[in-house]
Amino acid sequence: MNKRVALTGNEAVAQAMKQINPDVVAAYPITPQTEIVQFFSSFVANGQVDTEFVTVESEHSAMSATVGAAAAGARAMTATSANGLALMWEVLYIAASNRLPIVMPVVNRALSAPINIHCDHSDSMGARDSGWIQLYSENAQEAYDNMIQAVKIAENPKVLLPVMVTMDGFIISHALENLEIIDDESVKNFIGTYKPDHYLLNAENPITMGPLDLYDFYFEHKRQQAEAMKNAKDVILEVAGEFKKLTGREYGFFEAYKLDDAEIAVIILNSAAGTAKDVVDELRAQGKKAGLLKLRVFRPFPYEEIAAAVKNVKALAVMDRAETFSNFGGPVFAPVRSALFDMKNDIKVVNYIYGLGGRDVVPEDVARVYADLEKIKETGKYDNLITYLGVRE
Amino acid sequence: MANLKELSKKEEILTGGHRLCAGCGHGIATRMILNAVDDPVVVGCATGCLEVATTIYPYTAWRCSFIHNAFENAAATISGVEAAYRSLKKQGKLKENFKFIAFGGDGGTYDIGFQSLSGAMERGHNMVYVCLDNGAYMNTGIQRSSATPRGADTTTSPAGTVIPGKQQFRKDLAAIMADHHIPYVAQASPNNWKDLYNKAKKAFEVDGPAFINVMAPCPRGWRYNTPDIADIMRLAYETRYWPLFEVENGRWKLNYKPKKYVPVEEWLKLQGRFRHLFNPENRHIIDEIQAEVDRRWDMLLERCGEKKE
Ligand SMILES: Cc1ncc(C[n+]2csc(CCOP(=O)(O)OP(=O)(O)O)c2C)c(N)n1
Ligand code: SF4
Repeated sequence: MNKRVALTGNEAVAQAMKQINPDVVAAYPITPQTEIVQFFSSFVANGQVDTEFVTVESEHSAMSATVGAAAAGARAMTATSANGLALMWEVLYIAASNRLPIVMPVVNRALSAPINIHCDHSDSMGARDSGWIQLYSENAQEAYDNMIQAVKIAENPKVLLPVMVTMDGFIISHALENLEIIDDESVKNFIGTYKPDHYLLNAENPITMGPLDLYDFYFEHKRQQAEAMKNAKDVILEVAGEFKKLTGREYGFFEAYKLDDAEIAVIILNSAAGTAKDVVDELRAQGKKAGLLKLRVFRPFPYEEIAAAVKNVKALAVMDRAETFSNFGGPVFAPVRSALFDMKNDIKVVNYIYGLGGRDVVPEDVARVYADLEKIKETGKYDNLITYLGVRE
Repeated sequence: MANLKELSKKEEILTGGHRLCAGCGHGIATRMILNAVDDPVVVGCATGCLEVATTIYPYTAWRCSFIHNAFENAAATISGVEAAYRSLKKQGKLKENFKFIAFGGDGGTYDIGFQSLSGAMERGHNMVYVCLDNGAYMNTGIQRSSATPRGADTTTSPAGTVIPGKQQFRKDLAAIMADHHIPYVAQASPNNWKDLYNKAKKAFEVDGPAFINVMAPCPRGWRYNTPDIADIMRLAYETRYWPLFEVENGRWKLNYKPKKYVPVEEWLKLQGRFRHLFNPENRHIIDEIQAEVDRRWDMLLERCGEKKE
């Protein structure tokens, strides 16, 4: 039986991990992720899971041990934020290249310096090219649901790639929310048992993993990895379909909110989407054709679907909670703008960088973005391609 | 224990046809250590000569399961493999028994992998960690590491006119590992194969982490005549430069006491990396090395409860 409970984002994710019951979890604390591994440690201490809990001495070792465990043939997980994710960077690539279906919650937090424990997406966006599938979550419910779907996506033989499930630090990780959790048995049946084809702890068929791979094969391996990422698109939708049957909750590459007939629209990730939806409702009440696209899947990047979803919009704003310092906007902006290149229309696309280091994004900020879009729609012109929203300049 | 004839009949886990240099200490040490294990074994390896020379895709020289992750995380990686083993065993998903071993060069162990090694030992994983100590980063072209002996000419501690080679003495990693109070720590040399075999056997048998520091000479980096490898290894312990000892549950034991005092320069003079030390203006460095060898030997005797000579 599914039941409604009040949980914080971190509790919800830990709950999902408990129900998934991974064979190995490596743990290292970092705010605002710490609670996840703390909650999980109590499940271990109370015998509620079968997991071997490895309390490593750093995130570099957390990801290294997770890779070792997954290569051994186990379901393996760890969790992190910000600098912890940055410290894993080298091994993230290795996890993906070895095609290990690891699932890792990432509680989004700003990267140092200056040191800042609050939310932005500089951490997960920094890892976007490491070969991991990335699922973004607006709230605790989505983080929980994404965790469970992630296992099934990662382990699909056509995919075999690690999955990062993100949620916003503090805003979601520490805020109490009402959500529906699935009963243990249904989660168990949904994810099934994990049976890898090739793994280290197979005495009959030993394997060599992570060899030296020179110019005669490396490229082919990367090409296969790219193909797996392509396959992930179908699998993500398949899994979402099954998940809907189980829970009634609908997931896709993104959520299109009042987008069908929208003339102005915003693309946004994670918790700020909730704020933006309120603004859209208000604008709709005023008769303005505003819409929203909340991106859930950032890797693989569903460029065709995004382009199709916004094709009738006149003016579009991409809101990024991370800087790339490319002088060409945030990490979501550039690929979205590029996705629209082949469309036979004249959508104006601008970028807003917002909320760095946990800076609040309030409805007035988002309303300002829509007001700008309204002007762009009318004049066909914009003043700034990139705007820093809510910052003292 | 098995004699050499019996061991030679055992199927090698590390096969011939790997691409280590002729006369490389890594191959000799690794094969002897793996002779001491009977269960299926999973080998982890840090980036370095052993790894790159044995796993050039699509070939592998390993008859067991093998994993290379990165340079500094062999211990953490095998921690994960071993944790998976414990979990799957406990759940009844796995029948066979396995043993676990990680190999790292001195660079991947004394330096960049030091933290992950320390963490794995402290956590008590049932694994053997072997440092194949050739005293430099050989795979990247002979750069100094914290295991490089004082005075050695390497590509980042070159013997110049102002600075005559590496300035510091080497780190004593085996002692540091012993201070982790793990069940078994040893220092060994492939030249004394019985000693190394016995140590490997003990290391595999203890319940918990074990660490072995093995001398693994590198003809390229040390610049000696390849057939001299046995003499080089023997002189290393005859001169007390590389003492053979073990620490079982905190109890230090000296495994070999040279019959007579052989000055360290007998070991130094066989190797091109120390050639410049024999110029008159550098003579004092040899004296300093000798003084340090004597000092460390005395400390070792004390730890092992042996009489000072
Ligand atoms: C993070 C990182 N830094 C540097 C390197 C380059 N690198 C590869 S092998 C190696 C040296 C290995 O030396 P050692 O551990 O002593 O092993 P040996 O090859 O001498 O056996 C270095 C520096 C790397 N692979 N990864
Ligand atoms: S360079 Fe040295 S350590 Fe590397 S394979 Fe050759 S002899 Fe062995």
